[in-house]
Amino acid sequence: MNASPTGDPVLSVRDLCVEFRTPQGWAPAVSGLDFDLYANRTLAVLGESGSGKSATARAIMGVLPANGARVPRGRVAVHGADLLAMRPARRRAIRGPVVGMVFQDAQAALNPVLPVGYQIAEGCRVHRGLSRRAARARAVDLLGQVGIPRPARAASRFPHQFSGGMRQRVMIAATLALDPEVLIADEPTTALDVTVQAQILRLLLDLQQERGMSLMFITHDMGVVATVADEVLVMYAGRSAEYGPADTVLGAPGHPYTKALLASIPRPEHRGQDLPAIGGQPPELTQLGTGCAFRPRCPKATDICRVAPPAVPLQAGRHVWCHHTGDRPAEPALVS
Amino acid sequence: MSAAVEQVPARARDTRRGVPWRLVLHALPVLVILAVAIAPEPLAGAFGNGDPHRCNLGNSRGGARNGHPFGFDEQGCDLWANVVHGTRSSVLIGLLVTAAIFVIAVLLGTLAAYYRGWVDTLISRVMDIVFGFPALVGMVIVLTMLGQRSVCTVSAVLALFSWPPMTRIMRGSALAVADRDFVRAASGYGAAGLRVMVRHVVPNSIAPVLVLASLAVGSVITAESALTFLGVGLRQPAISWGVQLNAAQLTFRQHPHLLLAPALFLSITVLSFVQLGEAIRRRLHPTHGRSVR
Repeated sequence: MNASPTGDPVLSVRDLCVEFRTPQGWAPAVSGLDFDLYANRTLAVLGESGSGKSATARAIMGVLPANGARVPRGRVAVHGADLLAMRPARRRAIRGPVVGMVFQDAQAALNPVLPVGYQIAEGCRVHRGLSRRAARARAVDLLGQVGIPRPARAASRFPHQFSGGMRQRVMIAATLALDPEVLIADEPTTALDVTVQAQILRLLLDLQQERGMSLMFITHDMGVVATVADEVLVMYAGRSAEYGPADTVLGAPGHPYTKALLASIPRPEHRGQDLPAIGGQPPELTQLGTGCAFRPRCPKATDICRVAPPAVPLQAGRHVWCHHTGDRPAEPALVS
Repeated sequence: MSAAVEQVPARARDTRRGVPWRLVLHALPVLVILAVAIAPEPLAGAFGNGDPHRCNLGNSRGGARNGHPFGFDEQGCDLWANVVHGTRSSVLIGLLVTAAIFVIAVLLGTLAAYYRGWVDTLISRVMDIVFGFPALVGMVIVLTMLGQRSVCTVSAVLALFSWPPMTRIMRGSALAVADRDFVRAASGYGAAGLRVMVRHVVPNSIAPVLVLASLAVGSVITAESALTFLGVGLRQPAISWGVQLNAAQLTFRQHPHLLLAPALFLSITVLSFVQLGEAIRRRLHPTHGRSVR
C-alpha cells in the first residue's frame, strides 16, 4: 500500500445524491457523498446492506433502474468533466472507455442469449469500430487474461455454460475490454464460494497492478478490506461516516459506527460467546432527519447529534463525520 | 513416447452451429401446408376428383364413398377437394394477419418498454382504446364500409383489431428485460438505443410473443370464419375453411362430416404452427428446452 495518493484524481465525486422511488416518496439512498479515485489505488467502500454502496456505484456507471431512481444533484467528474451534466450521447462516449463495472451477480449482468465472446467485444465494436473478427480476437485475448482455459472455445459459449467463478471472470473480461482507467467492483465475490472468492480477488488485484487502474471495491467483508484497500470509505444510511487511509481507519477507527463494525468481526477469543452485534436497526431512509443517521444506535449519542455532523479532519486525508470525534484520543486498534 | 493419451470427451454440440436439423424437422409440417396452399391441385386430385367446382346437387351432403373420402357438401361438390383448396386463403389470411400483428407487437412493445415516458403512454393508451372498442362490431363496420371482401381487406381488418393483446405481452416482457443488469450495463458502457434493443432486449423478451404468434395463426383462421358467419368475411364462391365451417354449422347434427373435414385440417394446421413456434423459441433461447445437450 502506497503512502498517499498523488496527482489529479481520475474520477471525482462531489455531493452525490441518489434517490429511490418508494410508496412514501423519494427516499435518499445516497446523500452528499464526496470522494476521489486515483490511478493505481484502491478505494474500499464499506457499509452494511442498504447503506448506499451499490447506489453510488450504479450512479457513477449510469445503470440505476430507469424509472425507480434519480440523481437530484451531485457531480461525477472524469478528468474534470462532469458526466452528469453532459448530454446522453456524449456521456456514453466518455463513460465506457473510462469506467468499467463488475457487477455482483454476473449471471444477471450477462445476456443469456448471446455468446460471451460477443458480449465482451461489444464495447470495442461500439467505441472503437472494430470488425466482428477483430472484436472476437480481442475477446479471446481478454478471456485468456482473466484466466479462462481455452479462451477461443470459451468465447462461443453462453453464460449459463460457465460456473459461477468462471462467469465472474467473463464479467471482468467484459469490463476490461475498453481498458478502463477506473474499475468499479460491486461486491464481486459475494455470490461465490470462499475459495473462488480468493481467486477472483487475486485476479482483480493483479489486473489493477498490471494496468495501473483505479479500483473502487465495494464490500461488506472487513477481511477483504484489510487486504485490498489503500483508502477506506465507510458509509452509513447513504452518508459518509469515515474516510481515510485503510491502515489508520481499520487500526484506529474514529467513528463509533466504524468501531462497532470492526468489533462485530468474529474472532477466536469470542468462541462460546454471542457475537457482538450493533443493536437496533438501520434507519428507514424516508424518515432520515438532518442529524447524524447513526444517532439512534450510537453509544456516544448526545443532543448535539441532532445536528448534521461536520467532516472533522483527524489527520491529512482523513475525515470523520461525528460531533464527538475530538472528545477523546483515537482508541487502540481493534484489528490486529 | 506413447504416454497415456488424454481422452477429451466429445464436445457438447453448439445448437447454433451448422444446419439446424431440429428446426427443419419441426418446420416440415408447416412447409407441407404451405406447399398445399400454393399448389393444392395434386393433393386435391389424390382421389381422382380434384375440381372443387364440379358439383352435382344430387350428391348434396352425401357421405364418403369411393373417390370421395370426405363425402359431399350441400352443393354436392367433393368435400375433400374443397377443403384442400380452402387451405390457400385460410392459411394466407392466418399468416398475413399473424405476421402483421407480430411485427407491430415487437416494434411497439419494445419501443414502449425501452423508452417509457411519453412513448409508452402514447402506445399504451392507443392499445387501451382498441381494447375498449368492441372488436367484432368494429370489424363488421369497417368491412361493410369497405364493401370489398378479398383476402387482403379481411386480413387488414383482422390485424387492425387484434394487435393490442400481443403488443401488451411484448411490452410487459420487454419491461422485465429492460431493467436487467445486462441491458443497463450495455447502455451504461455506451451502446446506442437501437443496438441495445435489437441485441439485448428483443431476443430476451420475444419468446412469449413467438408462442402467442404460433397460436394466433389458428385463432385468426377461426376469426375469419366468424366474419363469414356474420356475412362480412369471404363468401362463396371463394373457398376457405371459414366459409366451409360456417356453411356446416347449420346442419352439423345431421351431417357432422361437413364440420369435421375442415375442422380436421384447421387443427392440423394450428398444431403445425405451434410446433414451429416452439422449435423457434427453443433455438432463440439456448438455456430453455431440450435443445442444449
